[in-house]
Amino acid sequence: MEILQYGFMQRALLASLMVGLAAPAVGIFLVQRRLSLLGDGLGHVALVGVGVGVLTSTAPVGAALVAAVAGAVLIELVRARGRTSGDVALAVLFYGGIAGGVVLLSLAPAGQATNLDAYLFGAITTTSAGDLVAFGVITVVILSVVWLLGQRLYAVSDDEEYARAVGLPVLALNVVLAALVASTVVLSMRVVGLLLISALMILPSAVAQLLAGSFRQALLLACGIGLVVSLAGTTASYYTGTPSGGTIVLLAIALFLLVALGVAVREATGRRRHRRKVGLHAAHPHEHGEGCGHRPVPHGDHVDYDHDGHLHAPHRTGTGVHYDEHGEHPVPAPVEGKAGRP
Amino acid sequence: MTGRDLAEQHRTEPDLDLAVGLRGASIGYGDVPVVQDVDLTVHPGEALAVLGSNGSGKTTLARGLLGLASVLGGEVTVLGAPVGRLRERGRVGYVPQRHTVSGAVPATVREVVGVGRLARRGLLGRPTAADRAAVADAIDAVGLGDRTRDPVASLSGGQQRRVLVARALAAEPELLVMDEPTAGVDAANQETLARVLAEVSARGTTLLVVTHEAGPLAGVLTRAVVVDHGRIRYDGPLAGAGPLAGDAGHHHPEDPDDHPGTGYRQHQPWTSSRPVRARDGEQ
Repeated sequence: MEILQYGFMQRALLASLMVGLAAPAVGIFLVQRRLSLLGDGLGHVALVGVGVGVLTSTAPVGAALVAAVAGAVLIELVRARGRTSGDVALAVLFYGGIAGGVVLLSLAPAGQATNLDAYLFGAITTTSAGDLVAFGVITVVILSVVWLLGQRLYAVSDDEEYARAVGLPVLALNVVLAALVASTVVLSMRVVGLLLISALMILPSAVAQLLAGSFRQALLLACGIGLVVSLAGTTASYYTGTPSGGTIVLLAIALFLLVALGVAVREATGRRRHRRKVGLHAAHPHEHGEGCGHRPVPHGDHVDYDHDGHLHAPHRTGTGVHYDEHGEHPVPAPVEGKAGRP
Repeated sequence: MTGRDLAEQHRTEPDLDLAVGLRGASIGYGDVPVVQDVDLTVHPGEALAVLGSNGSGKTTLARGLLGLASVLGGEVTVLGAPVGRLRERGRVGYVPQRHTVSGAVPATVREVVGVGRLARRGLLGRPTAADRAAVADAIDAVGLGDRTRDPVASLSGGQQRRVLVARALAAEPELLVMDEPTAGVDAANQETLARVLAEVSARGTTLLVVTHEAGPLAGVLTRAVVVDHGRIRYDGPLAGAGPLAGDAGHHHPEDPDDHPGTGYRQHQPWTSSRPVRARDGEQ
């Protein structure tokens, strides 16, 4: 493969591999708690760190990481206070971040100002070997924390009030999640850019949530989708000469629309089939009940009736009895190794 | 005897063995108290209904026990420790007043119930065989053993409520606090819930159920507290709590979609002197 002959493309693909894997693993918790835009805000804050890093000629990645994590912790503390002014405080923090970053970068020695674009929209081909090492460390840290604390992060994202009531360390877990988001922001900086980071955290999770049946499944699926989209986008950008960040995000959006459309079509045809059967049932001479001649099949909290090869689940609506179609429901499976882990 | 005298009497009792102890407690949000100067003693193993109309403060009272509302004055102890102390982690179960389990990302019954076990597992603990067994037992207890791997969203509203009960049971709590567990639940699901709670209570778990009608759970709950305008107006046997306790008259079992709308409020106003008399009669 021609694309793999260049050192800069090898580094680019490695970076996008790490980002594709790590961003959705963190993003799914943001989707779950409906805080999809937190990543976007932290991207703004990280720009101050970049500015400081460039201005002091030290590693911008390290400085951005410090700024973003500090910003994330600050945001969680503001949110925890739960005052109405919190919303305004977040806005101040976010826009202060991007304004500070722009001003700091403009103060940098001549020629540096053009770098702003690279940080805002990504410049994957400028990834250095040193960056890769830093990204590798960040990726390992993110994935291990998600593996270790995943179920607790899920608990807090799913029902914060319950988590607090039973004594889980809610504030600490929120700070951990915010720090994870901040780390992901910095990790994705080179590949998709600070302004598009949220997309790579959210979109794969959004696709996965349409398809998965469990949180664990959704998490793995989101990581898989992130990986594929990220690698495919980077490869495509090499051949088309388009920026990697925008290409990856457009690919992810295309996938999301495709899957959403597929799910909608499946549901629509399902409903039509259901309506046809309901028509059949409307011609029913009797209501199912004891001794109606159809085999009763207990199903959860109600009884289905075996009827012409399918199961009828009667329930009352405003207009009379209505029948849901219930398939053979799965035989209860014994509890095995992965119990309860998201 | 006035409420103040009663309070003085309670203050002489040791409360280390109590499931719940409130002494002159004020509970509220921010700086605004909703429940004021309340004394309440619940012993381990009791099954208590907290009754009252909307806005009476009964939910705030329960939330104060869980650390979800602030204790603004007095003393509130749960399982022998002041509210919010680490000691009680995992020993308190909570079923919130939520009609459905609806996260943005799908989750299975086992995943949601598994959350109930987390507080017992410490900061980094991985699930042990005992944890998995507790989760499976809790799901079986609410009669959803065959739905363990199903997405919660595919369950009916009543079944989802039972999932939340199972989540609380998975912690094997010593104190189980429930907020309106029967509201908006059809008759069949209410019966299941009553059976589950009877079993839980028989095992020695203290029950504290906030509800606007104790009727469906009348077989389980023995004691009632009626909260009105942030104060306790009645404390005694459930049967003596008046129409609030046994009134299930507005419920229509043949209509599973019966939803607690505004209708039940008509049953609730509690401004007569009857509850006060009831307490006097108990002295």
